[in-house]
Amino acid sequence: MSIVTVQLGQCGNQIGHEVFNTICSDVRDTHGLCSKKENESYRDASKERFFCEEQSEVPVARAVLIDMEPKVISQTLSLAARSGYWKYDDGSHFSQKQGSGNNWANGYSVHGPRHKEVIMDLVQKEAEKCDRLAGFFTIMSMAGGTGSGLGAFVTQCLRDAFPTSFLLNHVIWPYSTGEVIVQNYNSVLTLSHLYKSADALLVHENDVVHKICAQLMNIKQISFKDINQVIAHQLGSVFQPTYTAEGGLHYSRNPLGDLMETLVPHPEFKMLGLRNIPQMPENSLAYSTFSWPGLIKHLRQMLIANAKMEEGIDWQVQPPRLGSSIPSSHSTNKPLHFNTSIANLVILRGKDMHSVDLGSFQDPSLYTSWLNPKDAFHSWKTLRAFNKYEKSASLVSNSQFLLKPLDNVVGKAWNMFASKAYIHQYTKFGIEEEDFLDSFTALEQVISSYSSL
Amino acid sequence: MTQSVVVQVGQCGNQVGCRFWDLALREHANVNKKGIYDEALSSFFRNVDTRSGGDGPDIYKGKICSLKARALLIDMEEGVVNEILQGPLRDVFDSKQLITDVSGSGNNWAVGHKLYGSQYRENIVEKLRKAAEHCECLQCFFIIHSMGGGTGSGLGTFVLKLLEDEFPEVYRFVTSVYPSGEDDVITSPYNSVLAMKELNEHADCVLPIENESLFDIVNKIHQMANSGKLGSTVKQNSLITSSAGSAKTAQEKPFDAMNNILANLLLNLTSSARFEGSLNMDLNEITMNLVPFPRLHYLVSSLTPLYTLADVNVPSRRLDQMFSDAFSRDHQLIQADPKHSLYLACALLVRGNVQVSDLRRNIERLKPSLHFVSWNQEGWKTGLCSVPPVGHSHSLLALANNTCVKPTFIELKDRFMKLYKKKAHLHHYLHVDGMEQSCFSEAISSLSDLIEEYNELDATKGGPRTDPSRLKIVV
Repeated sequence: MSIVTVQLGQCGNQIGHEVFNTICSDVRDTHGLCSKKENESYRDASKERFFCEEQSEVPVARAVLIDMEPKVISQTLSLAARSGYWKYDDGSHFSQKQGSGNNWANGYSVHGPRHKEVIMDLVQKEAEKCDRLAGFFTIMSMAGGTGSGLGAFVTQCLRDAFPTSFLLNHVIWPYSTGEVIVQNYNSVLTLSHLYKSADALLVHENDVVHKICAQLMNIKQISFKDINQVIAHQLGSVFQPTYTAEGGLHYSRNPLGDLMETLVPHPEFKMLGLRNIPQMPENSLAYSTFSWPGLIKHLRQMLIANAKMEEGIDWQVQPPRLGSSIPSSHSTNKPLHFNTSIANLVILRGKDMHSVDLGSFQDPSLYTSWLNPKDAFHSWKTLRAFNKYEKSASLVSNSQFLLKPLDNVVGKAWNMFASKAYIHQYTKFGIEEEDFLDSFTALEQVISSYSSL
Repeated sequence: MTQSVVVQVGQCGNQVGCRFWDLALREHANVNKKGIYDEALSSFFRNVDTRSGGDGPDIYKGKICSLKARALLIDMEEGVVNEILQGPLRDVFDSKQLITDVSGSGNNWAVGHKLYGSQYRENIVEKLRKAAEHCECLQCFFIIHSMGGGTGSGLGTFVLKLLEDEFPEVYRFVTSVYPSGEDDVITSPYNSVLAMKELNEHADCVLPIENESLFDIVNKIHQMANSGKLGSTVKQNSLITSSAGSAKTAQEKPFDAMNNILANLLLNLTSSARFEGSLNMDLNEITMNLVPFPRLHYLVSSLTPLYTLADVNVPSRRLDQMFSDAFSRDHQLIQADPKHSLYLACALLVRGNVQVSDLRRNIERLKPSLHFVSWNQEGWKTGLCSVPPVGHSHSLLALANNTCVKPTFIELKDRFMKLYKKKAHLHHYLHVDGMEQSCFSEAISSLSDLIEEYNELDATKGGPRTDPSRLKIVV
């Protein structure tokens, strides 16, 4: 089954390009550290998922590129074509002359309705190229105007036009020290709207990825390209083919559906965080060896202590011992910084993954009491190594990972809203104070729900 | 890609404008080696086929034939415009873009605004329409003028109002040169305050400039370039005040160095809209992020570095110095000290070989020493453009919506009141048709209100922070 990627705005297009790059280069890599047959099987599954190989010599990415101004898309298209290994479909993009001006209302209320037909036409065409449609993956930032506003509108349209398809939004959170002054307004409006239409939101925070680049990848002068490459690696580690069932004979064909089924049992809880280890500069890979027990131990502690990467993990944080407190969803006996999960998914790629013991992730004390721990935890595996990492483990988690960041964004936005600053810029395009209040209410609800886990 | 049209009004406006077009051509020539008319060029220039003699049709692609500036040159005296048309830039303009008269406005805002305004209204509208028609997607009008005289101030603000009426969807950025205390035009306070009312009501964004600041910067550079420090040779074409490498070959006039600074300001402001980068910052993003309330649209600007030394290696210390300088008092283009006043918002547009980590590092480093209003503690808008300005490997434009503009406005008000109390020179204004005493009282009232808004914000500075309580959800 195939995934159609929708790249929205400057951020969405820049990241989308890196994602296809990473996937393509991973697939071309013959050092899969597994049998030839396995490698071919992986390659075929990956290609079906992300590329179309009709009459063209190089694989064509299954993507629709959307932006309200032309510079980024034209750059993205030419960079891809220049690689010689893959490209975008020449017709599968839409841009205008003038951007959204970081104005969510402009993206949502003006550009959205105005260009709905053309955009949905392009999406329809890509969907039809798929033998079987696995669903949609949209990439956008929530700080700007196009990715955020137009992205929210397009997501709604996708939901209306394809009511039974899976819809995953990949959302980039801006630097908390400020990239766009109205970023918190745009974020609140985006998140509240996406929550209504999408199946889940997979989040990457610029601050976190920046730290990974600085401390793990040892990059001195970090550019957005560096940041986007780390994000692409993490996404690839989730979406490249895996076996989802024990003793499965072929690569799973429904990645988005499987993801939703394992991680989103309740529509009130849709925020997914992503962690991947190990991460290191490419030239260090040759000198490093990893052990599965070590990787699993670190990944589990990253989950429990809400650590963003494998350095600086707080090993003191432990889940509460079962039986020592009255089990209740409003239990106040859990240590405050312990990260409670609803559901987790661990993805293992590399040799000897059969031998890995994931029992520590099935510990009931990690989870809320609603789901059977057996159902709250899943693992996907493949022997085939990913992106030159001999062993790699990823965690996609529906937990309190994003509670604090979300609370911060809402708090700052509320603070600004109380002073009414910048509101005239939004009402100019049809988003009124009422709409803001609705969004705030919706997000306070999400915060409250995750807090009381 | 969008287009912008420059409307230069009066002596100051046209002299600055002239430097702008010259340096714009220089910048594009530096980047565009193949002579192809590209989207970046189209933002300020038309490509015209002049082989058939007259004004041929616009050519949208392919080789550059003849570049024409998207501009309107307006002056009620002929001297300055004539000089431009006889100079090396004569082919960049055509006669249809000019509106001139003979006798000037006599440093009288009323003459410029009321008399010439009504007289030339239709002519101006027609020429503006023509300029707009040549644009595929017109985004912005840039007005360049001074506040103290008669034409730039009066007719310039008349055009501003006209633009709002005729092209309400197009942004209006105004670069206004404010008179200094020692201005030799006695009535400059009247002209400036009358013009301020128009700026308050009809401009989207105003970049106030003071000659004193430009003068100080020019002197500073002069001293640096002539200090003869061993091993530090300044790259001539990197000077923010220099015309080196441009079309201008004649003797540099005294205001040229100062006007080049303004030209560079406009080039840097529009660089991210014209050229690519990893984090684009378009003109509509500037108005969106830097104007929290409609009337508070005055932005203090600073450009760094003022020059680049000839040595190639730039350690990150020097890069950080560039950021520090942007906030220092002597790099601002008006007499103001943003560091000790209150920031409502701040934009940083970086050009050249600078990455996001450099930007983040410096924001974190400088933030503790700056005061931001309580509801905008992280009030930063950032942009990264890959193409540096001519002669530099990197540069920074900082735009601040900061209460430090208040002293400039207060001083203006004081100078106005000194004259107004005595009714000095008032008759020159009042006998112009359409001009009444109420124009004056409304103007000073508008300015007072604006000052009061800044006062109220200043009062919140350093006070205790009480965040408003959040919405409560019923569980």
